[in-house]
Amino acid sequence: MTPVLDIRGLTKGFTMHHLGQGFAAFDDISFAVAAGEFVLLKGANGAGKSTLLRTLYRSYLPQAGQVLFQSDHGLIDLARAADVDITHLRRTEIGFVTQFLVARPRVSAEALVAEPLRVAGVPAEEALVEARHWLRTFGVKENLWPAYPTTFSGGEQQKVNLARALIRPQKLLLLDEPTASLDANARAALVQRLADLKAQGTAMIGVFHHPGDVEHLIDRVVDLSPNAPATEDRHDVVV
Amino acid sequence: MTLTLDAPRIVTVDPLLELHGVNKSYGPVVALRNVHATVFPGEVLGIVGESGSGKSTLLRMMNLEETPDSGSYTLDLPDVDGNLFELDRFARRMLCATRIGIVYQNPHLGLLMKHSSSGNVAERLLVAGERRFAVLREKATDALAASEFPLERLDAPPIELSGGMQQRVQLAKAIALEPALLLLDEPTTGLDVSVQALVLDTLKRLQQDRKITMVIVSHDLGVIRTLADRVMVMRRGEVVEAGLADQIFQDPQHAYTQQLVHAKL
Ligand SMILES: Nc1ncnc2c1ncn2[C@@H]1O[C@H](COP(=O)(O)OP(=O)(O)OP(=O)(O)O)[C@@H](O)[C@H]1O
Ligand SMILES: Nc1ncnc2c1ncn2[C@@H]1O[C@H](COP(=O)(O)OP(=O)(O)OP(=O)(O)O)[C@@H](O)[C@H]1O
Ligand SMILES: [Mg+2]
Ligand SMILES: [Mg+2]
Repeated sequence: MTPVLDIRGLTKGFTMHHLGQGFAAFDDISFAVAAGEFVLLKGANGAGKSTLLRTLYRSYLPQAGQVLFQSDHGLIDLARAADVDITHLRRTEIGFVTQFLVARPRVSAEALVAEPLRVAGVPAEEALVEARHWLRTFGVKENLWPAYPTTFSGGEQQKVNLARALIRPQKLLLLDEPTASLDANARAALVQRLADLKAQGTAMIGVFHHPGDVEHLIDRVVDLSPNAPATEDRHDVVV
Repeated sequence: MTLTLDAPRIVTVDPLLELHGVNKSYGPVVALRNVHATVFPGEVLGIVGESGSGKSTLLRMMNLEETPDSGSYTLDLPDVDGNLFELDRFARRMLCATRIGIVYQNPHLGLLMKHSSSGNVAERLLVAGERRFAVLREKATDALAASEFPLERLDAPPIELSGGMQQRVQLAKAIALEPALLLLDEPTTGLDVSVQALVLDTLKRLQQDRKITMVIVSHDLGVIRTLADRVMVMRRGEVVEAGLADQIFQDPQHAYTQQLVHAKL
């Protein structure tokens, strides 16, 4: 079976012009992810986990390698795809979940959550119903739904962010510590949603501060620590 | 050193706007040097860069107010062909009035300050050939409403309005004919922060509801971050870097972009 994502020899470093120097974040990484597979990234602080996820999403530009993505439009190398193609894929097939909500002035929580569905062409009323369902699921109080999240607490904003990021099933989902600082109920809802998406065939690559939460979902672990073996099978892993 | 990007393969529509090899000097000052730009339908392109780097000059070229020393400009629209810089004055004025909208930082550039606000918007419709009074009034009101202008002030001249209101009148005038291209030059600069947020929100709404293609110039990186899909960085008349907005802000490649982004964090 062709993988959803096939990463080959991916290399990323940063050049800091004001320091007149550069350094490598990671070098020559290769692994593949199949539909419905869940890959856990591990490694110490600064090992390059977030950098790898951002490079796959193309917020960061890699120096070398390929990121072959099996899109609905055929195989495309995300390392080299045109910016407009990346924008299109982000709206349709590739999701990224972080801890942080990007709130906008005068946009309500429910409108923010509904937006990915609206962009995908779902009628306003239907999108709103779905948005409220996910806000409820992640434990956002009902009186907050029509309010502007700019003033919400950190945890409330994070729940809105999760609802928005996970409302639409994607072919590939990148997760950067989405559980950090969530309460137990929201964590449980998140893990349940990830399990459902996995069952529906979403390929996932994630960093989890407490991998115990998602232990039963993990198929493989990729260790980004220097000198770590390339990838490990599930049964080798102590999480 | 990074990889060279491929041509678009998924998004196969033609760009709405293309500029090629645009050069412009004012005497000894090189304002634009071999500038290329591409904007796809529905896309928002942000332009940032230091003062005097040629951003406003480039926008004036896009608005066909000026012609460059060399270069070409095409818009992929029905009945619009060839290099637009070669059109005669009349054709240029017509095209710019009917298909392109612009909002300037300085409202004096875009508005007749002593005419009524609705009259300013209606003037744009007149240029396009509309003569029926009732239609003029109705369309002008619609455009002002879409710009979230308070309709009880329709007859007030811009000179009596606050800066934020004046920008809304400019915006209404710019969108009255449902242009294919909306150009914005520092639309929020000089407004106080809460008014800035409101104007920004109006623009975001227009972008989402009408899928208007926009080019926006701003020194305020927050404005660019909120609105732009892609960003072009200019310095001394040249484009030093262009890319996805989040990439330009999070992983700037050029020394100048790094300086610009880090100075604002
Ligand atoms: N945009 C950037 N510009 C310059 N250096 C960066 C950038 N992003 C990350 N780095 C550097 O790359 C290295 C890897 O950082 P990264 O954030 O990927 O680590 P991480 O494994 O996610 O760590 P943590 O567990 O602390 O989140 C670090 O040295 C970091 O400072
Ligand atoms: N009509 C003109 N006559 C002479 N010089 C001009 C003219 N228009 C622009 N210039 C010069 O061209 C250069 C680019 O100016 P431009 O207004 O495009 O810069 P900008 O990037 O918009 O700057 P700012 O951020 O300050 O608005 C400047 O050096 C300016 O002085
Ligand atoms: Mg990290
Ligand atoms: Mg200017």
